[in-house]
Amino acid sequence: MQVSITVNGQPRTDEVEPRLLLAHYLREVRGLTATNIGCDTTSCGACTVVVDGLTVKSCTVLAVQTDGGQVTTLEGLAGPDGELHPVQRAFREEHGLQCGFCTPGMVMAAIGVLADNPDPSDREVREGLEGNLCRCTGYHNIVRAVQAAAKAGPAAGQVPQAQEVQA
Amino acid sequence: MSILGTRVVRTEDPLFLTRGATYTDDLTDERLTGALHATFVRSTVAHGRLLSVDASAALEAPGVVAVVTAQDVADLAPIPPPFPFINPAMTRPWLASDRVRFVGDPVAVVLTEERYQGEDAAEMVAVDIDPLPAVVGTAAAASDEVLLFPEAGTNVMASFGDPAPADFFDGCEVVVTQAMVNQRVAPVPLEGRAAAAAWSEDGRVTVWCTNQGAQQARGQFGDWLEMDPDLIHLITPDVGGGFGAKIGADPEYAFVAWLAKHVGRPVRWAESRSENLIGMLHGRGQDQVVTVGGRRDGTIEAYSIVFDQDCGSYPRIGAVLPTLTMLMAPGVYGFPKVHAQARALATTTTSIGAYRGAGRPEATAALERAVDLFAAEIGTDPADVRRKNLLPAFSEPHTTPTGATYDTGDYTVALDKALEAAGYAELRAEQARRRERGDVRQLGIGMSVYVEITGADNGAGTGEAASLEVHPDGTATVLTGTSPHGQGHATAWAMIASDQLGIPIEKISVVHGDTDRVPQGGGTMGSRSLQQGGAAVHQAAGELVDLARQRAAEKLEVAPEDLVVDLGLAGLAVRGTPGTGITFAELAADEQLLVQTRFTAAAPTFPFGAHVVVVEVDVESGKAEVTRLIAVDDAGTILNPLLAEGQRHGGYAQGVAQALLEEVLYDEDGNPTTSTLADYPFVSATELPSFELVEMATPTPMNALGAKGIGEAGTIGATPAVQNAVIDAVAHLGVRHIDMPTTPMRVFRAVQQARGGS
Repeated sequence: MQVSITVNGQPRTDEVEPRLLLAHYLREVRGLTATNIGCDTTSCGACTVVVDGLTVKSCTVLAVQTDGGQVTTLEGLAGPDGELHPVQRAFREEHGLQCGFCTPGMVMAAIGVLADNPDPSDREVREGLEGNLCRCTGYHNIVRAVQAAAKAGPAAGQVPQAQEVQA
Repeated sequence: MSILGTRVVRTEDPLFLTRGATYTDDLTDERLTGALHATFVRSTVAHGRLLSVDASAALEAPGVVAVVTAQDVADLAPIPPPFPFINPAMTRPWLASDRVRFVGDPVAVVLTEERYQGEDAAEMVAVDIDPLPAVVGTAAAASDEVLLFPEAGTNVMASFGDPAPADFFDGCEVVVTQAMVNQRVAPVPLEGRAAAAAWSEDGRVTVWCTNQGAQQARGQFGDWLEMDPDLIHLITPDVGGGFGAKIGADPEYAFVAWLAKHVGRPVRWAESRSENLIGMLHGRGQDQVVTVGGRRDGTIEAYSIVFDQDCGSYPRIGAVLPTLTMLMAPGVYGFPKVHAQARALATTTTSIGAYRGAGRPEATAALERAVDLFAAEIGTDPADVRRKNLLPAFSEPHTTPTGATYDTGDYTVALDKALEAAGYAELRAEQARRRERGDVRQLGIGMSVYVEITGADNGAGTGEAASLEVHPDGTATVLTGTSPHGQGHATAWAMIASDQLGIPIEKISVVHGDTDRVPQGGGTMGSRSLQQGGAAVHQAAGELVDLARQRAAEKLEVAPEDLVVDLGLAGLAVRGTPGTGITFAELAADEQLLVQTRFTAAAPTFPFGAHVVVVEVDVESGKAEVTRLIAVDDAGTILNPLLAEGQRHGGYAQGVAQALLEEVLYDEDGNPTTSTLADYPFVSATELPSFELVEMATPTPMNALGAKGIGEAGTIGATPAVQNAVIDAVAHLGVRHIDMPTTPMRVFRAVQQARGGS
């Protein structure tokens, strides 16, 4: 089947198997390997991306379901000049990552948490990230990072617009 | 001011946060062009005779290039046990030929052009197995009624120690004994196992795999495949967590290399999570009986631990873990008599390996439960019993009854700091109020005091290699035999070099995990990296300064002793005239400026600490919630507090997870029932509090940095503190002990039983 999907502002049309998962589409068809796959039961959240403004686990979505959609992955967050997204910056400053495998999904999920709640409490961050698993950090610094990112204001809960990324 | 000891954010993070790291399954190396995907066909039966493997249907499936079965690997000798003291009959075949020994035992491999095709074709391989009775649990194994290796004549892989003398507890006023389980858990690094291999025309093979130590893995590859190690180029790219389960090579990794040769094309393999949960090494898995005896005044006089280690089907590191548990049995206490004895047993389950702490959390959990049981028996506050029995502070080596020689320690101060930070007296008062009122939510306060061994000999010698080169453009390269998988070595090792050379950390690159570039190394495990690998980098930097001083002295025509390091210059200046010397980069432009060194520690170190945990337990539902975790973890001098705290946090989470909820389960037929993350209760952010860290630093004399290991402190200290807290919350109802994980059902049942219900 043919799908036309805009990923990080880049539109493209590809021929894919109907059963191809969005996660595999991103990694193997588009070559964007920041999106990781950590389980096969939609439990770990390592593959979380933003599709048309919603954070979704890309292992639960077929590529064909995203036909005509806009997808943002970790690779699409930093500005054209390399400026980090507030959540990326906060993860670095608060040491919110160790091995980095959960990080792309965790960053995308954190943006979703902040989109829903711009000033979350410790408990609200924890509940918001419940679907994203991390084995390294004990979540402590991830929670701190999300709260630090919230201080950047509404930008922390947004992904860049397509045209900005293309520029 | 020195950069050491400061909170330096990681240099590796910008790439991790913008492009993502490059894990084995992300590789686009041109040598892997056209690689086939390997899909393992695994036994779905725990134990049985393998009657036939019919690949004919699979061979017709789309994209299938080959299906490999045992007869194809008949020339490859089975893998022998990894330690000489293990029953030598317990070998592991590359692919099962006559018998399967656990659900997940590899039976065949399908090689396909594409990944999805492999999943399809693997389903089409018809495997006929005549089931034999499963052996689940150490009691079943020890009975020897069903043998995994009939030719061995027993399921005992190895035995350690002797029974206690009959009079061991004579004279004790109080003797308490308790059977307890340190349950099997799954390490679950978020990146599962993955490997790729490509052969070149000169007969060398390049293998990429997700592993904690490239050099050790290469050595195993060489032994198993009967190859000269020089013909193996092993690379560990970015590694998505290990926690001990990625120590050493997995047979699947070496097999991927063999398959690539077999089919004459590169081969890649990345396991699924369900494959990971049955195929990757599990951790812990000890059934323990502890006995503690002493006086009613709180003095403990004798302690014994006798345990069986479940090793799973084939001997791996799990078979040697009892020796670490036995070594660390006395812990932080000065008990006059300590006894330890163990067996390592084969069961028809996934093999056990090292998991964060590896043998030491098991020792500490048993001991800290025993101390609490003793305190409860004599009706004394557990903090007071600990204080009465802790070893006094020492700065000269202390040798324990089990033969460990602790370097430095002050356990009473660690405990007191933790209790003070927790507000212990007020917590006990609040607990008393809730008990008095009969609240549904009762407060539990648990503690542990621990000492662990880090930087112990891991089979590669206690040393570590490092080299350091300054380049003419002012950058520098560190080569290290340690191998990070989240610990931040790129930042930490750059800090150590920068501190002595003045070259900014951004200009120092750290290379690891590539056996062509770093042929010698011990990897990252057992919390050895900083105290051995970091110390080696420190030594290399010192040697580089010495070398540069000799060269600069000739060039500037001054005495070497008149030249001092000028950090602002990133070079050497004549004493008393800063800014007027020569830079390391200028010296490197004249002649390569490179040192290669090896640091050998005199002995391991013994970090220690104390944890206090507060839980709230709903006595009607049995649900326990950790509300506070206060921790003192003394790992000597801290290089980068940010990184050290991160290591502590991660360990606490895993400790809480083991104490509260995580457990690998099998049914009586040996079928795993926790083989996906939908079933395995992996700890999430919601089950954890933010942690309260208390600082304490007692340097070790074993290296110039004064550093001990920190990687495993969290699991060692937190696990028993959480378990003790949960039990403490319901102790007033008559509950004496609850095995881990202290799930709501277990707590509920313990409360019901204590209340005389059913």
